[in-house]
Amino acid sequence: MQRIVDKINELFANGTVDRVLGWKVGEFSYDRTPYVFTKEGGLDGFAYDSFCANNLSKYLIAESRKEGKVLVLLKPCDTYSYNQLVAENRIKTENVYTVSIPCKGKVDVEKLKAMGMTGITDIVENGEELTVTTLYGDEKVNRCDVLCEKCLACQKTAKECDEAIEGEAYEKPHKDRFATVEELEAMSPEERFAFWRKELSKCIRCNACRNVCPACSYIKCVFDNDNSGIASKANTDEFQENMFHIIRAFHVAGRCTDCGECSRVCPQGIPLHLLNRKFIKEINELYGEYQAGDNTESRGPLTSFTKEDCEPSIVYEKGGK
Amino acid sequence: MQVNENKEFRPRIVAFCCNWCSYVGADLAGSSRMEYPADVKIIRVPCSCRVNPMFILRAFERGADGVILCGCHPGDCHYSTGNYYARRRMTMLFSMLDYLGIEKERTRVEWVSAAEGAKFAATMNEFIDTVKNLGENRKLRDLRCKE
Repeated sequence: MQRIVDKINELFANGTVDRVLGWKVGEFSYDRTPYVFTKEGGLDGFAYDSFCANNLSKYLIAESRKEGKVLVLLKPCDTYSYNQLVAENRIKTENVYTVSIPCKGKVDVEKLKAMGMTGITDIVENGEELTVTTLYGDEKVNRCDVLCEKCLACQKTAKECDEAIEGEAYEKPHKDRFATVEELEAMSPEERFAFWRKELSKCIRCNACRNVCPACSYIKCVFDNDNSGIASKANTDEFQENMFHIIRAFHVAGRCTDCGECSRVCPQGIPLHLLNRKFIKEINELYGEYQAGDNTESRGPLTSFTKEDCEPSIVYEKGGK
Repeated sequence: MQVNENKEFRPRIVAFCCNWCSYVGADLAGSSRMEYPADVKIIRVPCSCRVNPMFILRAFERGADGVILCGCHPGDCHYSTGNYYARRRMTMLFSMLDYLGIEKERTRVEWVSAAEGAKFAATMNEFIDTVKNLGENRKLRDLRCKE
């Protein structure tokens, strides 16, 4: 973290950047809130540690349109989201200074709570061990046991940035990102339906998944338009729960970089990344391997085609029992 | 709601037909006096590509038991490339519906040209049989829209 602070101060001093988009310590000791630090305001409260899971690339849509240059800290997975937004012309790159920073996976506090730790007052990170201070005493956990779901299958390496801050070597956990999708596919339709009913019926339509998603930042989106009557509408029945999530996943199909933010922010713990990964898997299988955000030039699989594409009837032949 | 036990189940089918090929194909089927059940409700769209995945879901919400999308044969699109995009989009949508456990046989894409009246009628008859075997659409519906 010290190297990041030094770098920022150096760039502030030589006038390269005017603002910094980073994380600030929030209300709880493990809260990290996206925050814009200014040259005048200094880096008070700045933090970069295992709790800075937020993908900052989305904030650049607004930040890059302001006067002056903004420095943004991008974790390896965020660099993909950044590239994807640049490809879609959502970010004014001339106002952005990108710095890639190392990441060793982020800690999911919800997992700690699920382990029975309530009343957490402080979490101290010491190498691979976390000391969790709760109202009922201290507990020690292994860092790799409480990583965010998105970090368990992360194989991303940072894309090119204006500046790169290298970290120490880190061996990423090897979880096949399509393993759960395949498990679901192997189920019978009735089991799958039951699984998704169980998950999607928890949805309270807080729209957090939509608001955090870098791909979901369409300027005319009905969720940003109060007159549409959709933004503030609750799900009234099963159909609407299904519909909201099918359409949400569909809108980002082919553009989703699999950053996993949707699942992380879901207050109800719905595994939304499984919907996105299904699309990624299908696209890879049917239209060739594609990683959104890999570069800023390629056309997304759903906005291009080949004459030899398979017919939709292929779904009857494959897919489940 | 009154349930008549003896009444045969007649599925409600929504068919999205593109203006240039399939809608004319349906016309030809009619003027050639080919038979297909009146349960097929045709909605004319400018191009198969006009059909947003939302349209399909909405049709199910409002009580359709099956939804079929008909367009020009790939390569024959009036707008050159529309049906190529529709093809990818629908493949994705169908696999997602399947993934959520909704019967994939309720949705279908068929390419019908303006000269294929017979194919249109045959496709509709076949599709209605499939949906009839599946029964009423229960998984994707809005209860308030059922009478």
